[in-house]
Amino acid sequence: MSKERIKIAPEMFDIMPEEYQDLVDRATYGKEGRGWKDIGTSKELIEEHSLCAGCPESMAFRYILASLPAPEDTVMVGSTGCTSLVFPHVGVHNIHSLFGNQNAIASGLKRALSVRFPGQVKDVVVLAGDGATVDIGLDMTLQAWFRQEKFTTICFDNELYANTGGQESGLMQKGFVAKMAPVGKTFEKVKLPEIARESGCHYVVNCTVSKPNLVEKVIKNAIHVAREIGPTYLQLYTPCILEIGKNSMEGLQEMRDSEKPTERFAYKEYVSDEAKELLTELAAKEKERKAAAKKQLAGKA
Amino acid sequence: MATQSLVGTKNRAGQVVTDAWKMMHEAERTPCFFTGSEVIKEAIRRANCDVMIAYPITPQSEAAALIGELFAEGFIGDYFRGESEFAVMSQCAGAAFGGARVFTTTAGPGTMRAMENFPMWAGARLPIQMIVTCRGINSPLSIQPDTLEISYLLNTGMLVWHAETAQDFYDWILKGYMVSEEPDVHLPLALCCDGFFVTHTKDVVNLTPVDMCLPPYDPYRSPVPCMDMECPPVRMMRDPFVMKSNYISYATHASWQQEVWAAVERSRKHAIRWLDGLIEVDKPDADILIVSSGTAVSQGREAQALLEEDGIEVGIVKIKVLRPWPGDEIREATKNAKHIIVPEFNVTGWLAKEIRATIPDAGRVYAGPHVCGGMTMPPEVIAADIKKHLGIKAESLAGRGS
Repeated sequence: MSKERIKIAPEMFDIMPEEYQDLVDRATYGKEGRGWKDIGTSKELIEEHSLCAGCPESMAFRYILASLPAPEDTVMVGSTGCTSLVFPHVGVHNIHSLFGNQNAIASGLKRALSVRFPGQVKDVVVLAGDGATVDIGLDMTLQAWFRQEKFTTICFDNELYANTGGQESGLMQKGFVAKMAPVGKTFEKVKLPEIARESGCHYVVNCTVSKPNLVEKVIKNAIHVAREIGPTYLQLYTPCILEIGKNSMEGLQEMRDSEKPTERFAYKEYVSDEAKELLTELAAKEKERKAAAKKQLAGKA
Repeated sequence: MATQSLVGTKNRAGQVVTDAWKMMHEAERTPCFFTGSEVIKEAIRRANCDVMIAYPITPQSEAAALIGELFAEGFIGDYFRGESEFAVMSQCAGAAFGGARVFTTTAGPGTMRAMENFPMWAGARLPIQMIVTCRGINSPLSIQPDTLEISYLLNTGMLVWHAETAQDFYDWILKGYMVSEEPDVHLPLALCCDGFFVTHTKDVVNLTPVDMCLPPYDPYRSPVPCMDMECPPVRMMRDPFVMKSNYISYATHASWQQEVWAAVERSRKHAIRWLDGLIEVDKPDADILIVSSGTAVSQGREAQALLEEDGIEVGIVKIKVLRPWPGDEIREATKNAKHIIVPEFNVTGWLAKEIRATIPDAGRVYAGPHVCGGMTMPPEVIAADIKKHLGIKAESLAGRGS
């Protein structure tokens, strides 16, 4: 989408909602090198939301939306859960249809966009919770990867069903006592990152969202690899502070504690050879772009 | 958005985009002797489809595979086999959300497995066309013709049409896109037929020219935004009403459901124009009317001929469109009938229930005969039931135990 499309006719400008005026004037659609550092200096593609106070998912949403390489040509696909309370506030097209079918929706969507816009960038990004990704939707998650569908799957792993009130999920830790696991979960946390690698994903990362620069990097890598090569998977720990008995201000510390080298969210990545080659190439280009920008800035001074 | 007519231009396969009304009503027709499955392929060849998603289930597998051949020949933008009917119908939704003209086929247990998708399709106003080649959904496992699954589709918000013959099928696939893609409709269409009886038998079908195709789907005529980031994204809600318990939330959901059903209603005028009426009536003045849909109508016609030999005059009402329901037409067509016989290929008689709920003096409706599980419906059985109903002694039919 060209930025021209969202421009407001001057005669109409004052009657448009302030929100929309802001999106036109101060959002970062089409901005080269956009990233989490734009937060605070530009209009975000998500600002208000109806998640709980201090929910790490809201941080994750903000970093991800700030990091999309081409939001003006990105369509996101969600699923039922806490994320479906956020998507209506997001400034990119997004689809909610059913619970668990997000990777099937994304498969059809990506195919249709490829047929309709051949040779043009149209990124598709799935963002769903762990119940949607690993339990009810596992079949469609895996089959999209087997078919090498060219989109990114992001799982917000909060290790339980948060929106329905804290029931056991496949990504929950063994032994955790929860609703529907009255004597503690009896089996191990499903190893979806490993399964993703074996299922044909070209870029897989397991981490928390405690560091915005890391989130930006993995989001950009995952989307670029999906655009050019094939499926990618990010599993991001976004703890449900409410259901694990933490306070609003404790989400960040919970993530930091869980990403220590011996913990279950220690940074883990898998990159296929093809993806490595692409990412090296992109990194070199980015370096060149930054050097040129620096030079230009120096020239101006 | 196309700002000029595309009529006269060529599509991806080199076919000439033709005004749909002219193509269907004025273009020269060539008779061909084809199975129903081959007819589906030939209709889709001319439908300018962007995406078809397939899954094997008898008796639609052949049609779904034949459309794969069309993809290989360059007539369809993309085609693949999904992993289950639930997934396929979601993939169809994704493609339609992305602005594609979408086609798929399913049958029996597949329809049931995919069911959660259908009200979602309607609610999201996705004009997907789905062929339903009806088969048994009961346990023990059956692959035989049975129309019970149609009754589950009637309250999804989809348009539901029931083809009798392969010719109906051919014409209605093409006309179906024209109706369901109208901006004031923009709803999915379940185009049903009786499995095997229509899909696996050969019939003479008059085809439109192979070098003509329908105009392409224009997603920017949709009443809801196409999800392709080519129109401004709006933050839909300040306060998502999806799970809220407040008046605004209830009112929003209620009004949207009402709008979906209003759109079903608005399809009525288009379907009447394209299909030449929602029902078809033969001998409306007869005291006895056989009212049905699908191949039960064909069997009714045979029974009509048998009874004529005995001097009993019987009229036929063929219901072509089940949603929107042709209530006025059925009331008008049956106003003078003393006996209304509703033969059906299912065990519950859902069509008879609908008719009873529609007409005054519903005691006139005789629900049956009902055959199911793949049983055929010999015209003799319909004729014998009519005679029994009239109190005329009929010869006993072999094997009926009477």
